[in-house]
Amino acid sequence: MTETAQKSPFKASAATPGSGVKLANALPWLIASVFLLIMPMIFTTNSAITIMNQMAITIIFALSYNMLLGQGGMLSFGHAVYMGVGGFFCVHIMNWDGFFSGLPLPLLPIFGGMFGMGLALIVGSFSTRKAGTVFAMISLGVGELIAACSVIIVAFFGGEEGISGDRTYGLPFFDVEFFQQIEVYYLTIFWLVLSALLMFLFSRTPVGRMANAVRDNPERAEFLGYSARWVRFYSFVAAGFFAGIAGGLFAINYEILTEENLNLFTSGQILLVTFLGGTGFFFGPIIGAIVFTLLQTVLSLETELWTLYVGALFVATVMFFPGGLAGVLMMHAPPFMLGKAHLLVRPYIKTLIPALISILAVAGFIEILFHAQHAAIGDDEMTLYWITFSHDNILPWLIAGGLAIAGFWVAKQNAPELAATWHEANTATGGCR
Amino acid sequence: MDLIFVNLIDGLVTGLLLFILSAGLTLIFSMMGVLNFAHASFYMLGAYFAYSISLYLGFWMGLLIAPVIVGVLGALVERHGLRRVHQYGHVPELIFTFGLALLIEELVQFVWGKNQVPYNAPENLDFVAFSIVGNSIPAYKVFMIFISVGIFLGILYVLTKTRIGMIIQASLNYPKTVEALGHNVPLVFMGVFGVGTALAGVAGVIAGPVLSTFPGMAVVLGSIVFVTIVIGGLGSLGGALVASLIIGWLTTFAKAYNVRMEDILIGLGFEKPQPIWDSAWRDLWTLTSPQIADILPYLLMVLILVFRPYGLFGKRDA
Repeated sequence: MTETAQKSPFKASAATPGSGVKLANALPWLIASVFLLIMPMIFTTNSAITIMNQMAITIIFALSYNMLLGQGGMLSFGHAVYMGVGGFFCVHIMNWDGFFSGLPLPLLPIFGGMFGMGLALIVGSFSTRKAGTVFAMISLGVGELIAACSVIIVAFFGGEEGISGDRTYGLPFFDVEFFQQIEVYYLTIFWLVLSALLMFLFSRTPVGRMANAVRDNPERAEFLGYSARWVRFYSFVAAGFFAGIAGGLFAINYEILTEENLNLFTSGQILLVTFLGGTGFFFGPIIGAIVFTLLQTVLSLETELWTLYVGALFVATVMFFPGGLAGVLMMHAPPFMLGKAHLLVRPYIKTLIPALISILAVAGFIEILFHAQHAAIGDDEMTLYWITFSHDNILPWLIAGGLAIAGFWVAKQNAPELAATWHEANTATGGCR
Repeated sequence: MDLIFVNLIDGLVTGLLLFILSAGLTLIFSMMGVLNFAHASFYMLGAYFAYSISLYLGFWMGLLIAPVIVGVLGALVERHGLRRVHQYGHVPELIFTFGLALLIEELVQFVWGKNQVPYNAPENLDFVAFSIVGNSIPAYKVFMIFISVGIFLGILYVLTKTRIGMIIQASLNYPKTVEALGHNVPLVFMGVFGVGTALAGVAGVIAGPVLSTFPGMAVVLGSIVFVTIVIGGLGSLGGALVASLIIGWLTTFAKAYNVRMEDILIGLGFEKPQPIWDSAWRDLWTLTSPQIADILPYLLMVLILVFRPYGLFGKRDA
């Protein structure tokens, strides 16, 4: 019974067109790889490369998280633990002179992955029995426990200040000793492409497909002869492995790991990143990681309040676009297929530009309010959108408030037109379906 | 020995405070089947609102008004946020409340700043109520106990003896039937969410002065509240009470009595490695109970979930 049931996915996938490596399937990966290779030639500054490294690590971490949330339907509040523990082990390996001097640095993330996987094996053995709230709560509990342990078990986690190592002590890899950021960048993107590809292929294996089935209807999957628990367990362990790889890359990049890499805040952040990008599509977390890292690095330079905006963006995403950014993008596939995408351009401009102005004006208003409330006494000068003014002046308040209301009003006026056009663009011509 | 009574009372205060929070949370859970991650954020809002009100009208008006504002906010969140997200399923709901918790923390920092605000207990409660063998118990703690017990009795009365309570209990189990009988079930849900968050607000008002009012207070208590209701059994009010008291006493006693791992290990017949700072096991040997007091609830929860996934008193799977 089980035997036949397990065979059917193979047959199904063999019957679908597009199995086997075809150029159309490999093309996105090739383009992405070439793009990653030439990126440092466009953005040559060290800070840009640092940001790109961070982005790559976040992408791997978010993709690994999405193996749980998006593909397996398991909401974890403690995923940072697997990345953190993998990273901590990698730093310990870096400090283990006898071993590390014989190990080429590019192989280090494998060890991070193995240790992340080891921890996931232990935790997964009891946490994957149920999905939903039980899983979420166990992940929260384990996450808090290990984060708290990091302060108690000083020998391993280094207490408050964490532990640090030096990546350049490894065996030179074709004469590269990884002194420079750019060398680390190429190492990181190698692992990025490799692990993203592996995770993508995992989602196409029978186990990966069953993870989707168990997510959608565990009862039915059990009736087909699959153990929902074991399917979840495999996804969980694989996710732990890739989180560990991300941890290893983190260790190589920053050469230090602290309690912050393990705690609830980091776990929550990766949930935010993944959901923002969209859990429904494989490339969703990639978008999420890129957008979030940009927000984090660029917006945080501009304003103290960036976390407030990110929080608001997150809540708005959950409420209005549960598919995330990837979902919004993919919503536009049908109009393109029907060749009606051009219809949408005008209503989009008429609605979204006033909406954007309104949002920027609201943000401006919040900034002025914040400055007026919290700036040092006597310091009333502030610069916003390249204009310098005093927050005691009534005019900026009026402009920001007025623009916010006017933009909102115009957007609201044009919204029905957009909705109508949207409906029209999604309807095939000639049929009244 | 004398300290036992003081610790019992301290643990009781902590436990009852946890109970006010977990009571609302567990009621909301049994209604909507979703854990409200932002519950502790409403507790924090309660404390901050009460602080702002107490600046102008004094502590007692804060105690009256702040929970009402928090409750109305909670009802609005249910009406315009959760109800919308509900159609997407449970996981987005959980994620929504998680995002809300982040957002509320940011908003609180925006409005009241990142530092602790000077929110203090009223002066007319600033005296020693009684003392046990030389250890004085402040009146404010007694006041907290009375409020908490009063709330517990109030919830019990409303849920079991009144018509509204009947409708609430019925809509927990058979929302469709109750709706067919002509009751407005979405309104009941909104009301329960509002009352649950208002209770969290009360907890914030009375806890703010003792546990200090700062933007991190929701995070500090937030996850412990989940732990409480998971241990007690999701949806069980009695379980929430028992689990709150267990956690309250467990953490208080672990902090008050300095049980050292060293003594336990020597008692078990292990030999202490010398010198201790070079040993790989040094952290195990120097471990003390106050160090791990705060993570004991999590340990308890993981153990309970592994061996009894529906909690101490829960009837159904979480």
